Amino acid sequence: MNNNTTPPEIKKNEVHDNTTVVAMKHLKKSFGNNDVLKDITLQINKGESLVILGKSGTGKSVLIKCIVGLNVFDDGELSIFGQDISKISKPELIAVRKKIGFLFQSGALYDSMSVRENLEFPLKRQQQTIGDDEMDAMVKEALGNVGLSEAIDKKPSELSGGMRKRLGLARTLILKPEIMLYDEPTTGLDPITSKEISTLILDVQNKFQTTSIIITHDIECAKRTANRIIVLKEGVCFAEGSYTELENSGDSWIRSFFE
Amino acid sequence: MQQVEPINPPVERIPESTNISIRVSLLSKFFLEVASFSLFMLRFFKEVFKPPYEFNELLKQCFLIGYKSLPLIGITGFIIGLVLTIQSRPTLAKFGAVSWLPAMVGVSIIREIGPVISALIFAGKVGSGIGAELASMKVTEQIDAMQVSWTNPFKYLVVSRVLAATLMLPLLVIFSDAIGLFGSFVGVNLKDHVSFYLFFSQIFQSLEFKDLLPAITKTFFFGFAIGLIGSYTGYNSNKGTEGVGEAANTAVVFSSLMVFIIDMLAVQITSLMQS
Repeated sequence: MNNNTTPPEIKKNEVHDNTTVVAMKHLKKSFGNNDVLKDITLQINKGESLVILGKSGTGKSVLIKCIVGLNVFDDGELSIFGQDISKISKPELIAVRKKIGFLFQSGALYDSMSVRENLEFPLKRQQQTIGDDEMDAMVKEALGNVGLSEAIDKKPSELSGGMRKRLGLARTLILKPEIMLYDEPTTGLDPITSKEISTLILDVQNKFQTTSIIITHDIECAKRTANRIIVLKEGVCFAEGSYTELENSGDSWIRSFFE
Repeated sequence: MQQVEPINPPVERIPESTNISIRVSLLSKFFLEVASFSLFMLRFFKEVFKPPYEFNELLKQCFLIGYKSLPLIGITGFIIGLVLTIQSRPTLAKFGAVSWLPAMVGVSIIREIGPVISALIFAGKVGSGIGAELASMKVTEQIDAMQVSWTNPFKYLVVSRVLAATLMLPLLVIFSDAIGLFGSFVGVNLKDHVSFYLFFSQIFQSLEFKDLLPAITKTFFFGFAIGLIGSYTGYNSNKGTEGVGEAANTAVVFSSLMVFIIDMLAVQITSLMQS
């Protein structure tokens, strides 16, 4: 009998598809006199897992909020699935953004709703013709995917930090997004739960073939999940490469992230 | 001889130019806030008629805002009716006008005290609740999460709460008035013996339709102002957890103030219409 309780090691998805899913050119965003994003140019391929590193306040969260539409960028170009989002119509924009999922740093669970209602909320909004039985099956499947089946009738306040993150992930995944944006998914968690969340991110990527953009300060999480890492500094992409390349970088500032 | 340092150092005078700039900045902040609130109200009127309509959330809010406020509104209404009767009795007794007690208390409660006291209680309970709830939802990114779930958070959160407050306060005031009159009946019967039928006959003989209509109409405006101010302070809170308390506090202060301002305007308009 196998008594080993550690989750099985999940290998990173190798990126073979060169289709660009998200492309940015000279993206700029300011808040008042504070230029948060000065000139961001990058592209993310289908199935890739991109980790964005950087000190606090360098605009990492602002960058992914521009992708999902929570922040409106001031200048530059942003294309998602080949469509320049500043030039397409509102229905087209909605259709594009329906393919994007966002896991918030705090989980952003609706406190007044139960776990089940939290998962039903986006489903009811996006698929208004869905039947009760079908919705129930989808909710149970989503909770099963993150190992939270037993918590279906609990309130978010009754869940631990790790469970809240997993529930947040389940709520995002229930809509089967093609791009997943993770805003500091392991912040505030103990090392074991952080490892579980990193494994879950890889699991989701392998199972649903999603493209992931992960913002993190957790180097272990970056090591486990990243195909490619970008380091932001003062509103620009300062460095780019694989985990090993950046870990052995000639720049001491970049190396300091990995120490 | 050694010079002694003065105990109280001379007060440094703020230059006149600094004083003026502080006043200008406070004034501009006030006008910016007024403009921002006006835009918020305008957005409410734009969103309220636009489908899809959030009926389920509206019903839920009516239950939370209206039904859950019944005990508090009822208890305060009863106490106000009772206390007003007990306090008014000696004054009327001096003029031998104790028999006028039901009529006087009835008119006071229906016209003024019932609506205003209920609205102030409502502002304290519901206005602060809406402000704190929306502010904490903003801090914990729940409003952003709604936006990425293809929900219009303004419509779902603000429109439903403002409508519920607008619709529920008049009902609560009618309830409070009824309980207040019953409190008054109990107050009268502490010293005298007046039958239930006689007491209420006296009240309804002294009341006219023109007493009831403006009194109830103004409560719609009270409810609207309380809901809108609570939603505005919560929805626009941006100071983290500190902002939650601030939103609740600001909601109570400004909605209570607005209740008095609307009441004053309502009295003026009613007087003009009746003259």
